[in-house]
Amino acid sequence: MTAIPLGVPRRLVEFTLDGQEARVPEGSTILDACRAAGKDIPTLCEGDTLRPKNACRVCVVEVEGSRTLVPACSRKAEPGMEVSTGTERARHSRKIVLELLASSVDLSTTPRVAGWLKEYEAKPDRFGPDAARLNEEPKVDNELYVRDYDKCILCYKCVDACGDQWQNTFAISVAGRGFDARIAVEHDAPLTDSACVYCGNCIEVCPTGALSFKSEFDMRAAGTWDESAQTETTTVCAYCGVGCNLTLHVQDNEIVKVTSPHDNPVTHGNLCIKGRFGYQHVQNRD
Amino acid sequence: MDLHFGDSKPTDDERAAVDALLGPPESSWEGADRSDADLRWARGGRAARDRRDLLLPGLHALNDRIGWISEGALDYLCRRLTVPPAEAYGVATFYALFSVRPRPATVLHVCTDLACAAAGASELCAGIEGRLGPGSGVSVQRSPCLGLCERAPAALAVKAGDPVRTAVSAPATVEQAVLAASAPDSAPEEPAAVMAVPQAGDPSLTLLRRVGVVDPASLDDYRAHGGYTALRRAFELGPAGVIREVTDSGLVGRGGAAFPTGRKWQATASQPDHPHYVVCNADESEPGTFKDRVLMEGDPYALVEAMTIAGYATGAHRGYLYLRGEYPRALRRLEHAIAQARARGFLGDDVLGQGYAFDIEIRRGAGAYICGEETALFNSIEGYRGEPRSKPPFPVEKGLFGKPTVENNVETLVNVLPVLTMGAPAYAAVGTAGSTGPKLYCVSGSVDRPGVYELPFGATLGELLELAGVRDGLRAVLLGGAAGGFVRADEMDIPLTFEGTRAAGTTLGSGVVMAFDGTVPLPRLLLRIAEFFRDESCGQCVPCRVGTVRQEEALHRIAERTGAAAADDIALLREVGRAMRDASICGLGQTAWNAVESAIDRLGAYA
Repeated sequence: MTAIPLGVPRRLVEFTLDGQEARVPEGSTILDACRAAGKDIPTLCEGDTLRPKNACRVCVVEVEGSRTLVPACSRKAEPGMEVSTGTERARHSRKIVLELLASSVDLSTTPRVAGWLKEYEAKPDRFGPDAARLNEEPKVDNELYVRDYDKCILCYKCVDACGDQWQNTFAISVAGRGFDARIAVEHDAPLTDSACVYCGNCIEVCPTGALSFKSEFDMRAAGTWDESAQTETTTVCAYCGVGCNLTLHVQDNEIVKVTSPHDNPVTHGNLCIKGRFGYQHVQNRD
Repeated sequence: MDLHFGDSKPTDDERAAVDALLGPPESSWEGADRSDADLRWARGGRAARDRRDLLLPGLHALNDRIGWISEGALDYLCRRLTVPPAEAYGVATFYALFSVRPRPATVLHVCTDLACAAAGASELCAGIEGRLGPGSGVSVQRSPCLGLCERAPAALAVKAGDPVRTAVSAPATVEQAVLAASAPDSAPEEPAAVMAVPQAGDPSLTLLRRVGVVDPASLDDYRAHGGYTALRRAFELGPAGVIREVTDSGLVGRGGAAFPTGRKWQATASQPDHPHYVVCNADESEPGTFKDRVLMEGDPYALVEAMTIAGYATGAHRGYLYLRGEYPRALRRLEHAIAQARARGFLGDDVLGQGYAFDIEIRRGAGAYICGEETALFNSIEGYRGEPRSKPPFPVEKGLFGKPTVENNVETLVNVLPVLTMGAPAYAAVGTAGSTGPKLYCVSGSVDRPGVYELPFGATLGELLELAGVRDGLRAVLLGGAAGGFVRADEMDIPLTFEGTRAAGTTLGSGVVMAFDGTVPLPRLLLRIAEFFRDESCGQCVPCRVGTVRQEEALHRIAERTGAAAADDIALLREVGRAMRDASICGLGQTAWNAVESAIDRLGAYA
């Protein structure tokens, strides 16, 4: 969740980060400290508007005295802690996590992952051609958005956004167990038979493109999706009086996607079905 | 919370199963027919959601009565408990004992895990499947360890109905297993728990001394054999005194992590947040482990008494006993014991007239090894998927229902009784300086007298195996179960203590000692261990969810290979194993590579 500065001074925690003295406000995570110090730690399941789930384990760092590595995204900085972010041990685990994911999931639309695979010299192919993959077909069962679980890394962000952290609709859960665990609605039904209210807040937080606007999905399939040709314009939603911010992604003078700024102090990037999907009238030329 | 329920309706049977647990619905808000009165008020909010922890018992109620959980049944249960159907579906699909697809009323679980595999489980399974094909009304399922390793191979039949019927067949033959499945009521009674204690009657026993001696159904008999003297002693000492005794005794957790019990109790007792809870982890699922089952079946009141002491010491008034779903007889014995203790004032508002209130509730697991992990167990009791939580915060601070919780397994708790009756110094004199007291071992595999053995810490592996009548041609011993490690046949002088096994580069784990002779192909065993972890990974974190799959794939590839032909895959296994150990959230992923690594390094597997 984005912290709203209240002006109350917080105590500073002093600890050692990669041999350097680090001071962060009490309650900060190791990841907060790393980012403040300009260190780039890869993250996938961490979300700026959600509580850390620390499921992906790609942000692990080494803490002196800890038997295992610790997730930087959720572990709070403690006084006197000695944290190393770039040790061989931490880098090894990050590399393996990236390999395990890339060998089982389609990461082609995950931002930044190609760079990390290169940086950590990850070779997902080494598990062989028979390595088990998710092999899911995209679920296209409504006009608004597509669930392409072949791209799902099971980060739980959509579950949390749909549940008690934002939307309180609870239409999404993880079903099954282990490698067979999948994001699902009740009874694994089509979305149209579920509790889904089509707010699209799960799309907003999905880090891999497993959840996407139908417009984006169709354009990608047709090869016409071109992010470099898109402009982003932030405006105010006109439907009701809350005043949510909308960021319109426009390509060839057509709205192709709507997001919302996560730093909005009221809505933190969340919208309802109208703000998220109700833009067609803008471009209705008849 | 904006809940949306589907249109499917429960059958009368399904509704009755849920209502038997929760009582009839009081209004249309809970699934009754709508009346005018319902339009005038709304039931909901926190009070309605407070019953979320009844989700797992509710799923059991349906599964027990019907055999599977239909859409209509799940929706009705969700309505009754104000649980979102998507979440309940996620919970129902998490557990191996539940099915959300129609299946026959009878399920025959045939154990294909380590000890049973070595005892011919695959032939047994094939034979049973030959007899109980489609249309037989029995669904045959290959199961992870059923905790009946001393009588391998084992099978457990569960016939849904009102009431649900179960029958155990072990050691199983095709005929007996088929009989158990088709007519559980007429299957022969299981041998008494004492049959699993080859040392029975030995006066030197402490933890097992009452097994086979007392009538497990009789509270009076328990008291006649020293029962409830420890609780009386606890009341004399006071909570702080009990914790001091437990701390001074040097007792450490027997579940595998060996954490000092006194420190855990002290940390819980001193938390300002209330209420405090006691949770007994009886979800014994480590392949090869069956000691807790023998204790619970043979001496159930001991556990009830020990939990009461733990509650008294830590300021808890409520205890949860999370019992493995595959232990029907232990469930019956404990239900009876708790009811008797309650009726006689050993549980309830005023335990032994001392003004202390304590009661115990049993919660059944539903087939998930991961729920033996303490925080996963909390989630399971609370009605969520049994996924481990990230630590810190630790359970002593935020455990069950977010409250300070002391969690101990059965063997650890039962050790508290001799600590109090003998006194800490006498207890600490047993065993070694680093590992005090008696220890239970589950010996199975290639031995003449498999069973639960009790020896003071410090006995060597060789002494234990000799006691159990190890057979000729011993090739390897698996210590600590699937999460443990192999040792060689020439390492019999390893002292069975926490420090001794650590020094030898292995682990005592939960006390599994499984002997294998040369007839069992090692790669086949390792593959079974890898399958086990793949099946039992909860799927939450990447290193474990995908790592256990990659581990199994690599072991498949080298099942028939050695030397240079296996070298690449072994290097790959090492790399993946290291990341699983370092980066997994919980002990399952962290230990999933232990046994395979030890087999490669110590036994020279694939060399």
